[in-house]
Amino acid sequence: MAKTEKQKQEPLFHIVKRIIGIPTWQAWLIRIASVAAALLVCAVVTVMLTGENPLNVYKTMIEGAIGTERRIWNLMQNVAMLLCVSLAVTPAFRMRFWNIGAEGQVLIGGLATASCMILLGNRLPTPLLFVVMFAASLIAGAVWGLIPAFFKAQWNTNETLFTLMMNYIAIQIVSYFSYIWSNPKGSGAIGVINLNTQVGWLPTIGSQKYLLNILVVAALTVFMFIYLRFSKHGYEIAVVGESENTARYIGINVRRVIIRTMLFSGALCGLAGLLLVSGTDHTISRATAGGRGFTAIMVSWLAKFNPLYMILTSFILVFLQKGASEISTQFGLNDAFSEIITGIIIFFIIGSEFFINYSIRFRESKKGVQAK
Amino acid sequence: MKKVTKLLALFLALALVFGFAACGSKESTTNETKANETEAAANAAEVKIGFICLHDENSTYDLNFINAAKEACAALGIDPVIKTNVPEGNECYETAADLVDRGCNIVFADSFGHEQYMIQAAKEFPEVQFCHATGTRAHTENLPNYHNAFASIYEGRFLAGIAAGLKLNEMIEAGQFTADEAKMGYVGAYTYAEVISGYTSFYLGAKSVCPSVTMEVQFTGSWYDETAEKEAATKLISNGCKLLSQHADSMGAPTACETAGIPDVSYNGSTVSACPKTFIVSSKIDWVPYFTYIINCVANGQTIDTDWCKGIADGSVKLTDINTDVAAAGTAEKIEEAKAKLADGSLKVFDTSTFTVDGKALDSYKADVDTDDKYTPDTEVIENGAFNESVKRSAPYFDLRIDGITLLNEKF
Repeated sequence: MAKTEKQKQEPLFHIVKRIIGIPTWQAWLIRIASVAAALLVCAVVTVMLTGENPLNVYKTMIEGAIGTERRIWNLMQNVAMLLCVSLAVTPAFRMRFWNIGAEGQVLIGGLATASCMILLGNRLPTPLLFVVMFAASLIAGAVWGLIPAFFKAQWNTNETLFTLMMNYIAIQIVSYFSYIWSNPKGSGAIGVINLNTQVGWLPTIGSQKYLLNILVVAALTVFMFIYLRFSKHGYEIAVVGESENTARYIGINVRRVIIRTMLFSGALCGLAGLLLVSGTDHTISRATAGGRGFTAIMVSWLAKFNPLYMILTSFILVFLQKGASEISTQFGLNDAFSEIITGIIIFFIIGSEFFINYSIRFRESKKGVQAK
Repeated sequence: MKKVTKLLALFLALALVFGFAACGSKESTTNETKANETEAAANAAEVKIGFICLHDENSTYDLNFINAAKEACAALGIDPVIKTNVPEGNECYETAADLVDRGCNIVFADSFGHEQYMIQAAKEFPEVQFCHATGTRAHTENLPNYHNAFASIYEGRFLAGIAAGLKLNEMIEAGQFTADEAKMGYVGAYTYAEVISGYTSFYLGAKSVCPSVTMEVQFTGSWYDETAEKEAATKLISNGCKLLSQHADSMGAPTACETAGIPDVSYNGSTVSACPKTFIVSSKIDWVPYFTYIINCVANGQTIDTDWCKGIADGSVKLTDINTDVAAAGTAEKIEEAKAKLADGSLKVFDTSTFTVDGKALDSYKADVDTDDKYTPDTEVIENGAFNESVKRSAPYFDLRIDGITLLNEKF
């Protein structure tokens, strides 16, 4: 029996993909609204759990992130390092190659740096040592990226699982060497490498030990923007990402692009490892990458793979992290609380993308329909 | 519009980079003002103390510090700043520096691996006191504001060993095994001085009441590995050990003992609730006396000891309640007796007349007191007929392999 128009129950609302897209200002309005909503929910959660005035809590958060000169530098350093890893994964993401192995690539690059500092520290003149360290970390990262890329290009293996597994291998290798090179022996940690001689430590600019890292990453950001936007490589990456068949049709060697891009991506992760080990930490442990390899995925996505937007997204994430950690110290809460706050805010930020890409249409209220 | 946002983002980033680069020179003046403030701190209530902990309350090791910090500070009417989950890396230095910025006069860190970063911070902020538990470098760094602390936990282990020896005697008398079969097992984390000092004092305590006792030690190579500790305990039990003790942080060994019905002398706090049928007694370090001491030192403008190590007489080492269901009769009395002798100095844990190395009594031994990578022996530690543990520095350095104890493996 054929249904009449009235018998069809129209749902209260339905979701429609925005085909044309919305103007940029509207998209930003949605994003800002989502952050505001997130702060509101966080305020409610905070009041429920702690009874503190939410305004005080937000003040504490801002103080925690940028309250002192040292915190600002610390924030900048963390933004720079997160941004560096995010920039590294972005070319692969643009190619729709889901490289979630940045954590391992950073660690392996860092380990290469650390081993140069430990094994060659006293044998090579400093400039040569830097060259070797630089080459070793980039190659190590690149190789860690190349392995899954080769298998993907050759046999179309699943790069997500492959790169993920490579993380664990890298972590275990770092654990192994932390044990071999532990200092003092038995502590299971390498400690500060070349503490007295400072051999293999990247130089500091003036009195600011983080400035070099920040400047390197700033330069890298501009470079990556140009590379992806204006270079032939960048174009090839975009085409392969859109459609491999199209790429083949217009004569792009897809395998070569995949391998080349992952080599590049891995090498940049290796560079991040170098900056972390030689530039700031002067040691290596399983925690050196600090989860940045995974957070970078979010930074890159939220910024829609645009290197300039990534400055903003990595800043937001690090700001939240630092601020939230201050809340737990100030109000005597467990560290988990700061993770709850960060989680809520990130949830809303990601959620806002949904409303930017889709619109919600409510059913038009006709008397007949509603009565049924 | 798109272009404008991008330019704005770029501009902001550059402004941040250079804006903060420009304000680097103010630091020294603020440090000077802080130094004056420190001198002005007249009483304990004005002292601000910050704590750096490797993990949070979920780790029994850190919980012991956190509870002590809260207790000591509450008694003195001050509010501690506690930073948890601070890894043993650059993050530790950053946290220490941040605590200084908050106005802390004392910064304390609880984990061995924090030491290098604490020293780095101590060099940068000479007006702030940096105290570090379990570290070994304070006496060689020669920094007036960097201090190590530990407790004479070997005294606690010695007393706990007495309880173990008495239990063995009771089982021998009950005919469960002969005196020659009295063998104990010990699950250790790593084969280095802190653990060696611990199991040797435990063994000597047991031997002081049960002369025929021997001991086997199995190492796990981790401070916290429940499975490995359980396996090590099970291996020792199958080797014929009649009683176990451990120096590692999980419940692996105590629960293995409970399953097998083997008496256990625990560490770091009572395990009686999980092991009611086998738990005898446990020793632990109480940090409240140390925290009270350093806060008072700063409040009164006194110097903090470079190496601080107090024991059972000062309340820095404590024994838990004895589980009378398992412990032998008269254990409490015997422990009290030994405790009094330790306090007045008539009893020494590492008395060289009570142990031999390769069949010979020792009259001289150089230990690795000044830390280096290769454990170079550098300091004479046998004086007045005893090995002077924790005297030359706070962290343990007793690393002799004495007769009667067999190491089944070694883990570094």
